[in-house]
Amino acid sequence: MIEIKNLVAEIEGKRILDGLNLTIHDGEVAAIMGPNGSGKSTLSYIIAGKEDYEILDGEVLLDGENVLEMEPSERAAAGVFLAFQYPLEIPGVATMTFLKAALNAQRRAREETELTTPEFMKAVQDAAGKLEIPRDMLKRALNVGFSGGEKKRMEILQMALLEPRFCILDETDSGLDIDALRVVSEGVNALRAPNRSFLVITHYQRLLQYIVPDTVHVMANGKIMRSGGKELAEELEANGYADYKAQEAA
Amino acid sequence: MPAVQETIDRVKAIDVDQYKYGFETILEVDKAPKGLSEDIIRFISAKKGEPAWMLDWRLDAYKRWQTMQEPNWARVSYDKIDYNDIYYYAAPKLNAAPKSLDEVDPEILKAYEKLGIPLREQEILAGVEPTNRVAVDAVFDSVSVATTFKKELAEAGVIFCSISEAIREHPELVRKYLGTVVPVTDNFFATLNAAVFTDGTFVYVPKGVRCPMELSTYFRINEKNTGQFERTLIIADEGSYVSYLEGCTAPQRDENQLHAAVVELIALDDAEIKYSTVQNWYPGDANGKGGIYNFVTKRGDCRGKNSVITWTQVETGSAITWKYPSCILRGDGSRGEFYSIAVSNGMQQVDSGTKMIHLGKNTTSRIISKGISAGRSQNTYRGLVSAHRKASGARNFTNCDSLLIGNQCGAHTVPYIESKNASAVFEHEATTSKISEDQLFYCMQRGLDEEEATALIVNGFVKDVIQKLPMEFAVEAQKLIAISLEGSVG
Repeated sequence: MIEIKNLVAEIEGKRILDGLNLTIHDGEVAAIMGPNGSGKSTLSYIIAGKEDYEILDGEVLLDGENVLEMEPSERAAAGVFLAFQYPLEIPGVATMTFLKAALNAQRRAREETELTTPEFMKAVQDAAGKLEIPRDMLKRALNVGFSGGEKKRMEILQMALLEPRFCILDETDSGLDIDALRVVSEGVNALRAPNRSFLVITHYQRLLQYIVPDTVHVMANGKIMRSGGKELAEELEANGYADYKAQEAA
Repeated sequence: MPAVQETIDRVKAIDVDQYKYGFETILEVDKAPKGLSEDIIRFISAKKGEPAWMLDWRLDAYKRWQTMQEPNWARVSYDKIDYNDIYYYAAPKLNAAPKSLDEVDPEILKAYEKLGIPLREQEILAGVEPTNRVAVDAVFDSVSVATTFKKELAEAGVIFCSISEAIREHPELVRKYLGTVVPVTDNFFATLNAAVFTDGTFVYVPKGVRCPMELSTYFRINEKNTGQFERTLIIADEGSYVSYLEGCTAPQRDENQLHAAVVELIALDDAEIKYSTVQNWYPGDANGKGGIYNFVTKRGDCRGKNSVITWTQVETGSAITWKYPSCILRGDGSRGEFYSIAVSNGMQQVDSGTKMIHLGKNTTSRIISKGISAGRSQNTYRGLVSAHRKASGARNFTNCDSLLIGNQCGAHTVPYIESKNASAVFEHEATTSKISEDQLFYCMQRGLDEEEATALIVNGFVKDVIQKLPMEFAVEAQKLIAISLEGSVG
């Protein structure tokens, strides 16, 4: 279970999260929707441990442990995975090398044995096949020269390989055409499991037609303004976010 | 930003403990008095049992050196060196010349063991497949203490021994080639070396022979206030091939120690020499105190047609590096290559690069230089590519990339290009980049800690060059780069 309790954070004196509360149960797919600048991406960065933010209050509990007290790599080993909106390029580092380094670093941190090369190869190739990732892409430098769709598929491949406990998808639909969106969504859906939770961040309802959420939360001005089932997403699509912005202003 | 402050703090905290080769070996030592004079040179020459022609060569160099000025064009700064405050000769006391490893002082062998050098042949035999064996020549302060696999190499006709031994045993080869690539008066430090060089390695690969194993020399400066002036001469006769690797370390000292080596390579028709260096001299402490001044002249002469000389270097140590391994492309169709990784951290200063001098027709050269600067270090690439009037069809490709870690270091690229032949084609590419916080965060989000993440990104940056190193040393070099950059990111 993931419990975000009264999270308050600032960047350069500007308040981005203002007492955010959210609980995601095991096996649950929670979607956060909200207008630009509502703090959605900040929330994902803070959970994953990016440095730029000052956390003034609150905690993020993963099975009762406050991940905010951990290093980013420790959070990863504990099962926090962030699929980036803009995955970073690592020139000169073959995708395969990167995947192996990451997987084995996590396994070492959890005091598990490292995978042998054949075991690792098999795991990667199985996962890559499902995401329609060609083998030669795994030999190329990570994300260098990848198209938008390839980068997003690579994020999901990493997610599949690392088997996280808690997956955060930050605007995974941005920059994807309809075919890529389908492949990526199928990849995510295949990973849905009773002991895995998802937080899907998106502007648009479109993604949620493919990755159907259990709960939908509306975020504005650093808070969850409203929560509901998947029908809430449709309502938002029809009415926009104007109500929530107005509500805050008033 | 807080991250930047952290970088600064961590770099400030770098201390000498990081240099894992900083131990000192206690030995009985045979030393010449401090300072430089004709008498000292006579002393060195006599110690080595050298013939008269060698002594005359040294004395001539010394006379010329006295009239020369220390060069000051490099982008490095240091206090004036007092050349009379240096010991020019220090040798571990040995029972005459050791006949086998068993006669070498066990303290020395221990020192090499700590350095991870498989000096003992049986260890090599036990651990490594026959094709991967490496013959080692070990130089401790001023003398070569042991050379392995001599017999087997001799069977192939390869001469691999200390230069002192070569002067005694193979004078005809030494006289024919010594000083023909780096002339006695080439530059201040090379001339000094010619006067006082104490040991080094000699390699001769006869016609048509492919040297059956990697050759390697490990240089170690141990004594206080001692200069190391080694001289290496490698000759690849027609159609031969040799791959050679040198490694360097020194104990931690508060004073600066001078290392002024000369390396000469000669490749005759269709011969190929690969020369790789993993240089890890003591870099000094966080405030720039101590460390080795590495003022080295390395040059290869592609004397024969279609000959090839490749320099590959991984430079992580030294307080100051002043070094330009170069190729003279004299033979028609000859090729010169330079692959370099220069890592600087703390207060290190690096001014390094290469010269590719195209003299023959259809000569080609390739330069791949990767500079990584961290801490408060300064890292300069300085390179010359020139085509002589007759060098028709000369081609060069140069790629210089710099990577900055933190915001207090500097990277500089100073290329010189001279072409006197209209048909020459020279290409130059250069980039400067910084490891971004975002890249680090991305890697850490996947489970790598900060140092693993930095090492991974840096290894990606240097990959093109690492691939050029002999397999056995590529892994070692990657680790060395990671160690050198420990604590450099925030």
